[in-house]
Amino acid sequence: MSIKIIKAGILDTIQDKGRYGYQHLGINPTGAMDSYALQVCNILVGNSPGEAVVEMHFPAAVYLFTAPALIALGGADFSASINGDSVPHLQPIMVCKNDVLQFHKPTNGARAYLAVAGGLAIDPWMNSYSTHLKAKAGGYLGRSLQKDDELLLRQLPKFPGKKDEFSVLPWQVDINWFGKDYPKEILALPGHEWERLVEASKENFTITSFVIAKQSDRMGFRLNNRPLYSITDKEVISAAVSFGTIQLLPDGGLIILMADHQTTGGYPRVAHVITAHQSRLAQLKAGDTIQFRLTDQSTAEELLIKQRQHLLQLQNACTFRLEEYFHANRN
Amino acid sequence: MDIPAFPYHIFPLGDSALTVDYGNCIDEAINREVIARFIQLRQEPLHGMIEVVPAYSSFTVYYDVFSVKKKAGSDRTAFDWMQEKVKERLAQTPDYEEETERIIHIPVCYEDEFAPDLRYLAAEKNITVDSVIQIHTSKPYKVYMLGFLPGFTYMGEVDDRIKMPRKPQPVSIAAGSVGIAGRQTGIYPLASPGGWQIIGSTPAVLFDVQKELPALLRAGDRVQFYSITSNEFYKIQNSSLPGENLGVEL
Repeated sequence: MSIKIIKAGILDTIQDKGRYGYQHLGINPTGAMDSYALQVCNILVGNSPGEAVVEMHFPAAVYLFTAPALIALGGADFSASINGDSVPHLQPIMVCKNDVLQFHKPTNGARAYLAVAGGLAIDPWMNSYSTHLKAKAGGYLGRSLQKDDELLLRQLPKFPGKKDEFSVLPWQVDINWFGKDYPKEILALPGHEWERLVEASKENFTITSFVIAKQSDRMGFRLNNRPLYSITDKEVISAAVSFGTIQLLPDGGLIILMADHQTTGGYPRVAHVITAHQSRLAQLKAGDTIQFRLTDQSTAEELLIKQRQHLLQLQNACTFRLEEYFHANRN
Repeated sequence: MDIPAFPYHIFPLGDSALTVDYGNCIDEAINREVIARFIQLRQEPLHGMIEVVPAYSSFTVYYDVFSVKKKAGSDRTAFDWMQEKVKERLAQTPDYEEETERIIHIPVCYEDEFAPDLRYLAAEKNITVDSVIQIHTSKPYKVYMLGFLPGFTYMGEVDDRIKMPRKPQPVSIAAGSVGIAGRQTGIYPLASPGGWQIIGSTPAVLFDVQKELPALLRAGDRVQFYSITSNEFYKIQNSSLPGENLGVEL
């Protein structure tokens, strides 16, 4: 009862919503880059929204199922297939023993998620399943998935699928929630050191399009930009930074801190990407452009609450569908 | 015990956290207040609070907007509500058992192979390598905060005679490296890119993922370094059993 990795991907890791409560020890939360997609995938298979899943970058691994499983794919669309037949995004799929799942082409987004009903049978570290690559702890042996790794599953599906052919269950998340492409507009709140920027740089921040630079990873996105200027070079004594914090580097460049960001930092925090837009940001990759727009606290909170309400609605709908399907397909 | 009132101001750190800032400085009394408030909030968490992250002269409260907003109602933001609760809490004197201050003795080998930047630092400061070692080991340092990496300690303050700015570009740094940045000193618990001037290395394990409390040090501790030879370094490293920290004395 497992998923075997028969070919490694470039960076496939186990992630959940992150490891909170230990940042005072310097232990950064890590967790899924696109926490919204993680929750959607889990909800589709009837898991609790924060269950551990596999986060994939392209090229992703090739997976072999050694037992039937109910799965869902979400986040980025990497054109998945099972045994060579293409399978849909954001729809529950019942796979059979010996089915092979692989990904062919990134058509939209940068990070894809694979959720399995019942979850993965791995041990948590400091109350989370997220892989902490730097500490080499959490997730699967504290590292990215390699060839011949075997992810044990906690349970078999609650209802039988077809005997020897995978089947796609007849409901899907409304794609319109996400839009066809991930939007490039990113709302941000001014940071504590926003006022350090000279007026022209403040303007540039919202007028200019920023290109995500090559040196971008799970820790942070570097932006290619004409330097922004600060009215002071007064040192910022190290203090907390978070997912979405936009720091001004000494050379005038910007970096947006992402899921593997460090807990504290000493660069000026000029702005913060709102939490509700972390998901769309996480789906961008090197070469993509973004456009910042400043917003206020109450708008940021409203959008975040709306996102949570969407997830709750989706959870109710999926729970109902799964139960209905379960009753109809009982032996 | 009377805690003096420290002036502070509160600002949002994005939409899901707020920072209580006592003024962007490195100051023992302020840091003691920060740690006291951190302990106080951890012992009696506020509604919706996820965690508290103490730093040099500030602490940051992370909260769940969804559950805080339910309390805040429609005419206030979650930030406003949380800010008010934090202010109420700060008006109270923290009621906690003061943890006894620990002094931890940590062995450091300052020999060349462990200290890539020591000769450079000595030359820049126009003193001998031995004086740098003597000065670095001459007094205990306060652990102001942990951050940057799991178990990384920001300690201070080193004597002016050995203070040294960071390198312009980060380089790859080995686990156990002991460095200086400005008047701060610290230990890299894990291998990582970093910009501190490396003047030695410790065989002590600062961060052990197998342990329930993985970080050896905590904010508020005092660390006294002592110098060891490379022979002693390897002896400690090779004879320590898993989870054991030979050479480290409390």
